[in-house]
Amino acid sequence: MTALDKLPAPGYIAYAVACIVAYLFTGTLVATIGIALIIGLPLFFMSDLPPYATWLEKFGQYIFLLICTMIFIFLITPVLIIMPLSFNSEPYFSFTQGMMSLDPAAFSTRWYQDIFLFGMNDPNRTEGWWSDVWNNATWVKAAANSFKFAVLATILATFFGTLAALGLSRPEMPWRSAITSLLISPMIVPLVITATGMFFFYAKKDTFPFFPRGLINEDIGIVLAHATLGVPFVIITVTATLTGFDNSLIRASKSLGANGWTTFRRVIMPLIMPGMISGALFAFITSLDEVVAVIFLADVHQVTIPRQMFSGIREQISPTILAVATVLVLISICLLTTLELLRRRSERLRGLSPG
Amino acid sequence: MTDVTASGVPEAITTSDGVPLKVSLARATRRQRMQALLLVLPLLLFLLVAFVLPIGEMLFRSVYSPIGPNVLPNFSKVIHEWDGEDLPPEAVFEVFVKDMTEAKKSNEIGKTVGNLATRVNYEIPGSRGLFTKSARKVKNITEGPYKEALIALDKRWENQHIWRTLQRISSNYTASFYLAATDRKYNEDNEIVRADPLYQIYLPILGKTLWLSALITFICLLIAYPVSYLLATLPLRTSNLLMIMVLLPFWTSLLVRTTAWIAMLQTEGIVNNILVFTRVISEESRIQMIYNQTGTIVAMVHILLPFMILPLYSVMKTIPPYYMRAARSLGATGTYSFIKVYFPQTIPGIAAGTLLVFILAIGYYITPALVGGSDGLLISNLIADHIKKTLNWSLGSALGAILLAIVLIFYWIYNKLVGVDNLKFG
Repeated sequence: MTALDKLPAPGYIAYAVACIVAYLFTGTLVATIGIALIIGLPLFFMSDLPPYATWLEKFGQYIFLLICTMIFIFLITPVLIIMPLSFNSEPYFSFTQGMMSLDPAAFSTRWYQDIFLFGMNDPNRTEGWWSDVWNNATWVKAAANSFKFAVLATILATFFGTLAALGLSRPEMPWRSAITSLLISPMIVPLVITATGMFFFYAKKDTFPFFPRGLINEDIGIVLAHATLGVPFVIITVTATLTGFDNSLIRASKSLGANGWTTFRRVIMPLIMPGMISGALFAFITSLDEVVAVIFLADVHQVTIPRQMFSGIREQISPTILAVATVLVLISICLLTTLELLRRRSERLRGLSPG
Repeated sequence: MTDVTASGVPEAITTSDGVPLKVSLARATRRQRMQALLLVLPLLLFLLVAFVLPIGEMLFRSVYSPIGPNVLPNFSKVIHEWDGEDLPPEAVFEVFVKDMTEAKKSNEIGKTVGNLATRVNYEIPGSRGLFTKSARKVKNITEGPYKEALIALDKRWENQHIWRTLQRISSNYTASFYLAATDRKYNEDNEIVRADPLYQIYLPILGKTLWLSALITFICLLIAYPVSYLLATLPLRTSNLLMIMVLLPFWTSLLVRTTAWIAMLQTEGIVNNILVFTRVISEESRIQMIYNQTGTIVAMVHILLPFMILPLYSVMKTIPPYYMRAARSLGATGTYSFIKVYFPQTIPGIAAGTLLVFILAIGYYITPALVGGSDGLLISNLIADHIKKTLNWSLGSALGAILLAIVLIFYWIYNKLVGVDNLKFG
């Protein structure tokens, strides 16, 4: 063993030099550590290159991984950064000096309290506080509306979408591609156009049964709009679970004496369930996030979370929006986890992967 | 086994009840097709009411404008006989004066002089006052000659342009909103010309929308390609973990992400703070990155990136890694084998991703409205403004129809190249 072997690899020297340069340039330790982390992260992911890889190829691999690291940072930072920001004790959208030095006084949950307090008649009362929250707090009302619309729209979209997907995935379906394109198009047509059309059409008087004044400013109008926007997602996900569906299962079930309904309930349903649920989740989150149709079709009292955020960002930007955003991100994480579990279950059920 | 009849012609195969097999099969197939169609029918009917008819209504509104005939019913019938030379005959003036007197009394929406004035004002900017002023005084004209009386009321009634415009809008259907949406108008001689450069708004915005969408699509492709490659080549366990970083933004509310970008990019925001902190820029020269085109581009790239990564990733995952190794073993350099072997196989993914991102970008509304300031606005924002603010619904509809046509063309290309059934999430 020569003394040369004990020297660190050239990569580590380069890394050390880069960190020193960063320190000399920025002059602060925190920034240097940040830079060191970013340029050091790809090193962990350097896969085992074949022995014949040249120095240039190794360098290329490192640069490639560095670029990927930056892109992942670009993707995830905006979603994560709002969480600490929402605990700001000042009404600003940026980190204060106190927050940077981790001063406890600089953090507070006041914006989370504000979700309940904003819009209340009298936040200081003791009697009937919760009913005041429920009836008057802007964000609470918005959340109630949002969930109401989302649940109804999801039920509609999932029901119609699943039926249609069952038909579409039958081999004897006529005009399949034309019909599929039409059913997917609510996702493709710009929302402003859809909303404009609905704004005109739903405003027609004496056209809709039970609603002589039209569907504008009515809950049903928004639910219809949101269900329309959710349908493509249900179709896509349910059709995906039905590809490779073994039609002999249906014949087997029928030969064993099951009628159509039993076959659907006991054979088809369990197989498409994961697709249905993930389609429903997509439809749910689409509705929960939808604001254009609400702006066009709803009256002033039908506030939803995204609409309140939209007007909040435009008019009086306050960290309450960040607190609400954090809650929404947490909801997204829950939904994403559910979806991932469902996907694995579906793949296992259909024997696509070992799990 | 085929029975041979006396004549020697083989008889058609029949089912047990004597129906020819061909007929029986056709019947069974038809029943199955009907069953499949019946399953789709409820959704088709639902979308017809909730989606197709509304869009049809919008298209109809872009050409249907009955204000002229509604406000001036009798005048609209007689003005057609005027040949467009000189001024209309005295009889037409008489009908006009009487219709105006009637219209002044009306309060019904869509039938007032104010509506007519607005409608003509779209065609001849600045003509509104002529109508509202004349409507107040026209009841004083009780006897002929009506032409002279009207011109005495306001000199502008002598202008042929007004009468030609009135003649044009006296029909229920009009193409003038499409003209306006493409920055064109009728000049004084009733010819279609480009609008004055100062009034050319829509084509430039449309051009900007297409250009920005193309730019955003291109940036998305540049960013998504390496990431998808990494995700597709890493072991499944690691790539599933990294996939969360792509899917979490995808599942996060659009408004949350837009809000986050405001927090990131504003002058006191995180990016500027970091740049100042690391001494890349000085405290005084903080960069304005939001409420302009930059803000729109950055936020939209972030929001649309998953739509590029997911199709690219699903295509790249199917490319066997040994193709590249084979190329290398045959003596190709890394770059050469990438260009010649790997890249061509990813083209379906590129087509799917680019078309999808481009289609979605053209119609974007929320993000430009929130972070676009004034120069980052897209055509959708203009449409929404016409529908919700200026209330020029017909012009908004015409713009919407043009945008819809563009989107549908790209959707058709997408369908031809990629196929809608290949659309997947996650």
